[in-house]
Amino acid sequence: MNYSLTILILLIPFATFLFNGLFGMKLKPIISGLIGTIGLGVITLLSYLTAWQYFFVDGMVNGTFPKIIAMSMDWLHFTDFLTVRIGIMLDPISVMMLVVITTVSFMVHIYSLGYMEGEKGFQRFYAFLSLFSFSMLGLVVATNIFQMYIFWELVGVSSFLLIGFYYTKDSAVAASKKAFIVTRFADLGFLIGILLLSFFTKTFDFKTLTGSDQSIFANAAGVNFMGISVMTWAAILIFMGGAGKSAMFPLHIWLPDAMEGPTPVSALIHAATMVVAGVYLVARMFPVFYFQAPEALNVVAYVGGFTSLFAAVIACTQYDIKRVLAFSTLSQLGYMMLALGVSGYGGEEGVGYMASMFHLFTHAMFKALLFLGAGSIIHAVHSNVMQDMGGLRKYLPITHATFLIACLTIAGVPFLSGFFSKDEILVAAFHHDKLLFAVEFLVAGLTAFYMFRLYFNIFWGKEKHYHHTPHESPKTMTIPLMILAFGSIFAGYIPFHKLVTSDGMPFESHMNFAIAIPSVLIGLIGITVAWVLYKKETTIPERISKGLGGFYTAVFHKFYFDEIYLFITKKIIFNYISRPVAWFDRHIVDGTMNGIGWLTVTSSKKIRNLQSGNLPQYGLVFVLGAIILVLVFAFII
Amino acid sequence: MLQGIPITSVLIVSAFMFFAGVCGFIIRRNMITILMSIELILNAVNINMVVFNKFLFPDQLQGQFFALFIVGIAAAEASVAIALVINIYRRLNSISVDKVNEMKY
Repeated sequence: MNYSLTILILLIPFATFLFNGLFGMKLKPIISGLIGTIGLGVITLLSYLTAWQYFFVDGMVNGTFPKIIAMSMDWLHFTDFLTVRIGIMLDPISVMMLVVITTVSFMVHIYSLGYMEGEKGFQRFYAFLSLFSFSMLGLVVATNIFQMYIFWELVGVSSFLLIGFYYTKDSAVAASKKAFIVTRFADLGFLIGILLLSFFTKTFDFKTLTGSDQSIFANAAGVNFMGISVMTWAAILIFMGGAGKSAMFPLHIWLPDAMEGPTPVSALIHAATMVVAGVYLVARMFPVFYFQAPEALNVVAYVGGFTSLFAAVIACTQYDIKRVLAFSTLSQLGYMMLALGVSGYGGEEGVGYMASMFHLFTHAMFKALLFLGAGSIIHAVHSNVMQDMGGLRKYLPITHATFLIACLTIAGVPFLSGFFSKDEILVAAFHHDKLLFAVEFLVAGLTAFYMFRLYFNIFWGKEKHYHHTPHESPKTMTIPLMILAFGSIFAGYIPFHKLVTSDGMPFESHMNFAIAIPSVLIGLIGITVAWVLYKKETTIPERISKGLGGFYTAVFHKFYFDEIYLFITKKIIFNYISRPVAWFDRHIVDGTMNGIGWLTVTSSKKIRNLQSGNLPQYGLVFVLGAIILVLVFAFII
Repeated sequence: MLQGIPITSVLIVSAFMFFAGVCGFIIRRNMITILMSIELILNAVNINMVVFNKFLFPDQLQGQFFALFIVGIAAAEASVAIALVINIYRRLNSISVDKVNEMKY
């Protein structure tokens, strides 16, 4: 069976981007929005068909899911050897990502019809959403690492454009620049990693790189740099790119600020799809990591574990609801990275890999739901801050119900999707490293606590004085919420261990009750603590935060990481590197060029007087010259 | 016609004429005089042509023909130059060569 229609999955969003970008301003906003939404609806359908076809009609070949190249063309042909191709590769994770991206993107498109209504630049917003969908889909179906890099940067640009959507707001502009610069800086590592890897293996192709033939790495054997093998370096550098995009510690600083963008954008880009690109990258390169650079995999695991704890602690203290969700996203991304880091390869061993992809899938559903719910709340009360909210459950029944479902899901309450995926991650961590398991176990409790702190603060507690009575959002906003809530509940029943595994072969997975029961319990403890502290407005939280003193202040200020970065960039890099370099550029490089110009002008001015226009003078010079020539020829030669 | 006159005497006359022409060209300010100096230079050359032809290759006539050509060209050149001088006079009310230095721009 062929998959020639998959090319449309890329072309339709690109076409709607061009159309809305070029002609959108001439259309009525709603028409422009509908064009984008319908285009996305079509590719959502196509993605589902592709997934159905891939998993259930064609199915496995020789017991594994094959990597199918649906389309491939030469894009940059330098030599026969060095050719950059662009194509579409279908394998379990890319097909799964197609489903995730198109679903969430479609929901966000519908939702934005209501949320962004009446905003200036509505058409521009839809153009950018299409651009983002196009680049993200191109990223996941990449056949080679170079194509991935190209789309990786495109995704970064669309993220930049959408964070800075309200470009008249200084904070949004600053946030968009911050996001772009931080991720771009990480991509420098990614690029070096790609070059290192492809220099030794002589290929960009994922199919070759992750295939069973390990002989392509022969060239790299024994090559060391600073005591670490070159493949480990390559893997760590590639992971650096992934860490930048997925906002892993210490490159996490851009994600909380990225919440300056419109809320649907936060849901789509900064919760469900773009930020998991880093996880996807590591998963895509997983065999390289596992066989060639196991040390790098440890780095992945510990960075992921640390980030999840770090972000969960900060999330407990924030008041801006979108920021709480942003830190929660960081924490969950840490989970996914950790699961990859502790995973083995093949069969039961690869449970971490499967769990990571599983969690990616369920997280996309419930986190998009949380963000869209937050958008609905912001839409109703016109504020981002928890203190302005309270008792909203009466006014926003649908938002309340769906938000509660999402909170229960992320807290790991049994039989909702988050429970299954989180449990698999904990199982994988338990078998690999007890320390990481303990960290994740603690984070599971913290997650439940901060999500329900958010929930109780918004929907319960004392009712605030609202300027006008909050009202439920329009249908365009509540329907996506309901669909995503449905996804959050039932996504966990998809048999991932049969579909998405590290080596493409299905394996049997069992519930591990020894781990599942304690993790549910700690989740319930977290919920109960939040219940006690925040259900009714009490002074207990205040007293606790006072009691923690300096630690609380540090956490509240996100451990001063923004300040540290500012100190490093402004004080150290600007003063001690940029200024001398700028001085050198201005005085030495420019000086040389200006000097040459000055010399030409001045010498021209000096010799200009030779041309006097005085005929006798010319004659004299001419005669004297002739005489000198005669003398030279007569006496010297 | 040149019998009995040594070649050196004739060449001295021609050299004298030539340098008189060059001096006039450099020193004089009046354009008409400069034109006359140029005629002097050309005629000095003519003398040389004829003399060398007569003394070195008495059987041939190229040198004398060349002298005739130069006379013809000098006449044409003089007519052009005088036309220029007249135009310059009309414009500047002067035929002093010092005044004519605008061509440098």
